[in-house]
Amino acid sequence: MAVPTSSSVDLSAALVLGPATVADWLVILPVAWCFAVGALLVMLRRALNLHPIIAIAGLAGLVLIDGLLLGHVATAGPVTMVMGRWLPPFGIAFTVDLTGALFALVAAIVALAGGIFSLADINDSGRRYGFYPFLMLLMAGVSGAFLTGDVFNLYVWFEVLLISSFGLLVLGSEPEQIDGTVKYGFLNLVATTLFLVATGYLYAVFGTLNMADIARKAQGLRGSAPLMTLTALYVLAFGMKAAAFPVNFWLPASYHTPRVVVSALFAGLLTKVGIYALIRVMVMLFPVEREELSFVMALAGALTMIVGVIGALAQTDFRRILGYLVVSGIGSMLAGIAIGGPGGIGGAIFYALHSMLVMTGLYFAAGIAARLGGGSSIATLSGLYRKNVGFAALTLMLCFAVSGLPPFSGFWPKVMLVKAALDIGAWWLAAVLLLAGFCTLIATGRLFLLAYWRDEAGPVVDAVRLPSTLLAPLAALSLLTLGIGLYPEPLLATIQSAAAGLAEPSAYLNSVFPAGGLQ
Amino acid sequence: MEAWFALLVGIFFTVAVYLMLSKFIIRVLLGVAVLGNAVNLLIFTGGRLTRDVPPVITAGADALGGPAANALPQALILTAIVISFSFFAFLLVLAWRAYEDLSTDNTDEMRVAEPVKEPMPPLGY
Repeated sequence: MAVPTSSSVDLSAALVLGPATVADWLVILPVAWCFAVGALLVMLRRALNLHPIIAIAGLAGLVLIDGLLLGHVATAGPVTMVMGRWLPPFGIAFTVDLTGALFALVAAIVALAGGIFSLADINDSGRRYGFYPFLMLLMAGVSGAFLTGDVFNLYVWFEVLLISSFGLLVLGSEPEQIDGTVKYGFLNLVATTLFLVATGYLYAVFGTLNMADIARKAQGLRGSAPLMTLTALYVLAFGMKAAAFPVNFWLPASYHTPRVVVSALFAGLLTKVGIYALIRVMVMLFPVEREELSFVMALAGALTMIVGVIGALAQTDFRRILGYLVVSGIGSMLAGIAIGGPGGIGGAIFYALHSMLVMTGLYFAAGIAARLGGGSSIATLSGLYRKNVGFAALTLMLCFAVSGLPPFSGFWPKVMLVKAALDIGAWWLAAVLLLAGFCTLIATGRLFLLAYWRDEAGPVVDAVRLPSTLLAPLAALSLLTLGIGLYPEPLLATIQSAAAGLAEPSAYLNSVFPAGGLQ
Repeated sequence: MEAWFALLVGIFFTVAVYLMLSKFIIRVLLGVAVLGNAVNLLIFTGGRLTRDVPPVITAGADALGGPAANALPQALILTAIVISFSFFAFLLVLAWRAYEDLSTDNTDEMRVAEPVKEPMPPLGY
């Protein structure tokens, strides 16, 4: 039942009529910007040749906005903007802390890379189907999910990105895509419905949907309210969104069917939204319940890693191998959330950001490989190294990065996670983390050996030039990976303060409920 | 009243899960529709079921005259109804297209994306 509100609350104090400051507008701008550009694209649906230009400019603008937002949050701490200027907990709050801003920025970078890659990958029929409007709406949903400070609002953003992802997934309407979308669609709908069930219970227990308010009230309700049930429901719902082990089957069934750029964006963005929501709910709202559930989550994480790499080892198709590697990476992030503490949570955030860049890059590589070699089966792909050496080198970097080898971005989060696991005495989890990395190396190594190094059966072909619209996004992501691996200090410091801000959310709470405001 | 609704929600969830466990898409679809309504009823029940006190503060008072039904869950349900309806519409069309293109509505036979017999990856060259 709803908690009765105190009769001393003065509702008139909740409405503030003063104008919002310019910096506050940054909080809502990523979402508003994506919607505006998306709406513009829908209005210009007959001018298909303008679509990519507008969308890429829009995504570049989004990177800029998210960069400014991250800079603002890094200097000023968490920022809150409340819709309609109704003070929380009455208005829907958008609260951005370092974690949300970091995720939003990396998501925007990945989307920009995808936008450029789509120039060569999405033909006129794809544009007519509305690839670019869907892409902008997807980014609106993803940004909204990273920036919102309200649980029901998070649900709405999940639905926004889900419906856009349906549109992107069936783009082309081939039988294979329809098959994949059936599985993706139903299972994801069940997952979001579970999320809604949990949110219904949450409101019945807390009488509020504002995350900061929930974090404040959870301490007092512990013991009298079924918070454990709530948290377990959230773990299941977000675990399903993130493709964690017992509920991961929709991902390998669907991610290899759409256009390459769509697969790449999904691999980079969608599962990580689930991980972000899990981190937000488990670490900030229900830290005590997270500790209770940590063994279950560690087990699920370990199994996800193992099932992911075994699946990757058993596949012949380049893109299906990558689908399983996405699942395997999710296991590492779950393990980080289960371990907890600055090392575990920081490691999970770092791993998620690294995985966004690397998995998107690898799907780009799969698309280019299919273009060069005419297919995506590693049984027939061959001689890619001879066809384009630069492309092969970029792919090799990403293969090392996804396996967690130095000097690439995958190395540092893996170090953090293994160290955090050993620190709490979970040697088996550390062993699984290392084993999963090793098996990933075998899977990607075999991929590289067969598709790239193996000489073609026929006569030796000359080197093939690749259009720069294909190579540039891949190169950008690979070099970003290398850059993070070589000089991780700034990102690491940001991630560590982000993790600290989640574990001790007083700055977040202060931003939503400023001193002297409505209590 | 709440107890009866809790029972009703339980029945809805049972029916939904039973239908969704079917192999046939059309039943899964019906299950999804029932599931959405089960959740809506659950949220509705969470906001108190009473109509004795209107959720309006009378003149001169600064609080409600008693426990009134909470209006917010009802607003949440409206959002959820719209969303689940649009999803249902999409999935219905998708199921129809799947039936047309794959000529089956049995999910066990939908193996275009993941073929049954797949060659193992080569062990060497």
